[in-house]
Formats: sequence, C-alpha cells, structure tokens
Amino acid sequence: MSHAVRIPLVRIAHARSGDKADWVDFGLFAWNAAGYRLLEREVTAARVQAHFAPWLPGEVDAWPLPNLFALKFVLRGALQGGGARNLRLDNLGKAMAGALLRMEIEVGPAELEGALRSPRVGWWGEAE
Amino acid sequence: MLRHMKSIRIGAGLGFYGDNWEPVVASVERGGVQFIASDHLAELTLAILQKDRQRDPALGYARDVVPMLLRLWPLMRERGVRFVCNAGGLNPQGAAQAVLAAFASKGWRARIAVVGGDDVLPDLLDVDTPASELTHLFTGEPVSGVRDRLVFANAYLGAAPIVCALDAGADIVITGRVADAALFLGPLVHGLGWRLEGATEAADLDRLAQGLTVGHLLECSGQGSGGNFGSQAAWRSIPDLGHIGYPIAEVWEDGSALITKAVGTGGRVNFDTVRQQLLYEVHNPHAYHSPDVVLDMGGIHLHDEGHDRVRLVGARGKPPGDRLKVVAGFRDGYKAEVTWGFAWPDAWDKAQAAIATIRLQLAERRVPHDELFVEYPGLNSAHGALAPLPDPSELNQLNELWTRLVLRTPSKAAAEGFGRLFPWLALSGPAYTCGFHGLHNTSELLGIWPTLIPRAKVEPQVSVNLIGEPS
Repeated sequence: MSHAVRIPLVRIAHARSGDKADWVDFGLFAWNAAGYRLLEREVTAARVQAHFAPWLPGEVDAWPLPNLFALKFVLRGALQGGGARNLRLDNLGKAMAGALLRMEIEVGPAELEGALRSPRVGWWGEAE
Repeated sequence: MLRHMKSIRIGAGLGFYGDNWEPVVASVERGGVQFIASDHLAELTLAILQKDRQRDPALGYARDVVPMLLRLWPLMRERGVRFVCNAGGLNPQGAAQAVLAAFASKGWRARIAVVGGDDVLPDLLDVDTPASELTHLFTGEPVSGVRDRLVFANAYLGAAPIVCALDAGADIVITGRVADAALFLGPLVHGLGWRLEGATEAADLDRLAQGLTVGHLLECSGQGSGGNFGSQAAWRSIPDLGHIGYPIAEVWEDGSALITKAVGTGGRVNFDTVRQQLLYEVHNPHAYHSPDVVLDMGGIHLHDEGHDRVRLVGARGKPPGDRLKVVAGFRDGYKAEVTWGFAWPDAWDKAQAAIATIRLQLAERRVPHDELFVEYPGLNSAHGALAPLPDPSELNQLNELWTRLVLRTPSKAAAEGFGRLFPWLALSGPAYTCGFHGLHNTSELLGIWPTLIPRAKVEPQVSVNLIGEPS
C-alpha cells in the first residue's frame, strides 16, 4: 500500500467494553460500510493481542458481525482474575475500550477518505 | 401487517443495584408500557448481599427495590403496569415481605410472586462432588481448590418461573438469580403466548431469541439508550443525558421488535447506541447462552427508523443445553490501598522515592503480601501500560502527581497494617505531599467461580409462591 497513513481506531470507530469474570469483552463498531471494510481487514485477533500485550497474559477471540458493521473481541485473563479481586481503579475494564481505540492501523488515503466521508448509518438528530 | 398482530411494550428498570429509578417514571407515564423489568444483580452483587445477610438474616436482597416501588407503584398500579425484578438476591422472600410491609404502611396492596431455588451452594460444598464436575468454566480447575472459601453460589434460572408467576396473576415478581434477560423474556412469553418449555421448532426458538435479544438490550437501563456511549466526540451529540429515557421495547407476536424510549426524554436510541449494547458482555455472539435459548446474533439486522426508533429482526435461536450457568464467589485475600500525591517540583522523582521507601518497609518488616500494585491516577489508571507516559523530565514538571499503592495479601492483619507505613513519611519523606488518603481503606477480595450445573439438580427445587393480596 503506497502512501499509507497510520490512524488510531478512534478516527473511524466507536467501542464499548465490559467484563465477564476474568475476561474483558469488547464491541468495536465502524460508522459505515467503508469503515467496516477497514476494521475487518486490519483489526485481527492477532493484532489486538499484540496491542494489549503489555498487560494481557491471555488469548484474544474475535468474531466479525458484518450486518452490524462490528467486530467482537474477548480478551482472556485481562482483569487480574476478575473484577472483585482486581486492584486497578478500573477494576471492571469499562475504560479498556478506550485503550482499544488507541490502536493504530494503516490505511490508504482514499480508503480513509471513504470511511470519514460516508454518512453514518445511525440517526443522530435533525441536524444531520 | 404489524398492525394486526398482538404486541406488548416493556420498559427497562434498573441496570444494577444502586441505579436511578427516576427515568422509569417517564416510561410508565408516557411510554405505554405494560411491564417494567428491573435488573439489580451484577455478577458479584450477591457477595454484597451475603455480607448484609450475615449481619441480619432478614436482609440479603437488593434493598433499593423498596424505595423504588414506593416511588413507582402508584404510577404503575394506576395503569395496570406489572413489575418483574431480581432484587430478591439471596433472599427473595425477605424482599417481598419488605415491599409488602412498606406498602402496608401506605395502605397499598399487591400480589407478589416470589421465585426461589437458585441457591446451589450446597452442591458446590458437597465434598463428594467428582473432580470433573463444577469445574471452573474457563480454566477447568476443580472446585475443591476454593471449596472452603466459597461465599455464595447461584444458578441462573430461566424465564419459566416468571411466566408461571405472571400467569398466576402476580402484580410484582421478585426473583433471586435469573438470567438478566429472562426478566424481560418472561413477560414476553406470558403476554404473547410464545412456546417456552419444549420449544424445538425453529419458529419458536427464533421468537425466544428475539425476546432474549430484547431483554439483553434493556437489561442495562441507560446503556441501551445512549448512556455510556464509548466514542470520540459523538457522545456529545446525545441530548440531555441528565434526563435520559431508559429503553422501551415493543414486541410483536412474531418476535419482531422496536426499541425506543419515552417521548420528551434525553438520550438516544439509534443504530449506534443499540449495537453498542447488543454486543455488550455477550462473549461469542453466535452462541449467547441462556437457560431458555441459545442466541445467534449473526443474522440480526437493526433498522434505524430515526427519531429514537430502531427495529430489531433476525435473531436466531437454538435449543438450550442441559446445564445451567452458576456464578460462585470465594474469599480471595485482602487489599489495602493508599493514595498519595506530590506537588511540583520533581513530583515524579519524589513519587518514585516514596514508593521505594514503602517497598523497603514491606521487605524489612517481612509483611506477607502477593504484590504491591502501583498506578498513577490522572496518568495511567485507566489504560495501564497502554497509556503513553511522558519522559521523567517532563513528568517532573507536572503540577502534581498522584500515586495509588494497593497491597494484595492473604493476611488480614497485613492489610490492616498497610496504612501505618505511611504517616511518618509526611515529616520524614519527600516534600510537598498532598496528603495520604485511604489509610484505613482495606477490604476483602473475592474470586469468581463460573461453572455449569445439570438442570436436573436445580429445576426441581425452583419455587413460585404468591403472597399478599391483589391490588
């Protein structure tokens, strides 16, 4: 890919995280189909695992949900054994989706333009 | 077509013990709902309730259900709205009696159904359990390793006892542990006449899957209508979160559903906010297990109709397994935490020197501990190692730097003594400290033990008892 640009996921996606015992559970969402094509290609389980390597001893599972322009991830062993024994202030990993949105991917300028310019699928009020 | 089909409307109650019930008022007054379903039990709430029950055997339930119903019941009764909740926790009977007592003081009556039978602690405590049973769902470890430290163990029941309670005419249903979404699926099965037990036909299972999805979308209150919307900038476009409307679902006989909220409320129900909740804490989206149906979200479509209306179609169901999920909690040592701040100049270096002094004391006094965890609120407590830190030279220029030191220890005495390592450093440590906070902040840690148990061990003991008088 020539002239690729590096962008953090937050430019083209939104995300929520939660907990199940010792697992952190993420939904990562593109705003439109053009953004989803980039997420699906770039944000693989292996890359998410590498991104979280500094604090994650466990494995990463990933599922694509094309109808929803979404990727689902589960990070195992991410909460020091579980929310009620985790010493972190964010003991339930609710802020970890922000850490996922820091992850950088490489995309072509035209691809990025497409993801940023295509309208959002969701209704965001009369102004839009 | 939909106009000719029967439908019912159900609204979200609380999303956890301690949530705000005021948004439910709008759903009842202006949302046209026939049911409110309220989820009071997060994964480890039962541990809190266990401590309450140890102090007073009449407790052990989510006590917010009493003031919540004192606020809502007059509004609900007037409109024939029925209420389902899992606020019973470890003591559904006690919760029902507390509600009836509070109602009696107002001269109100209600027919309350109490659903019990989810307590499986005796099964986990049974030393004759073969090592291959009740193993940790994720790690496969045998339960014998934590048996003497177990605090509670409850199976997630399905919608059947809730349907039974509503069929029997209950105004209010109070359960212990049930699958969160079953609080919603129960009223849907009751109201729409869906086949639940023995459902094997694809059409039956798909309807249940739609109902389970609706429950999942509503069980976290405001998270289903624009609250906690994780994004950069977009969250700012969600109007009036201070007066958020909790999500409401209209569900038709064929299982198709509309997610919306009461007019005039804040928040946002759209493709984005609904799908954030759809995938929340579901693990494998193609096999979201519940006692009633296994949900595959792969075929789900969310059609955003605008103006806070999202249509939900396409959930697929498979028959549930012959085992129920159990979550148990076990005592897992103690923690003690102290937060300590330092002001400019050299705040970072002074914090490092102070932390080194604490480590030195732990070693010299041979304080038993598993770890001393350190994080810097304001710098990295949310994203840990993934939060990029400036160079130490820049950190030394910060206005202030906060450290949070947390000791993990198997020893209660070590936890209680941790705070005593700090005060003398106010006069004999690095300068310009902003004080110590939490010197007496110790608590017991809980490990979580997810496992599976055969239905045949649980379902025969499930009970539905009606108490009180019809309203």
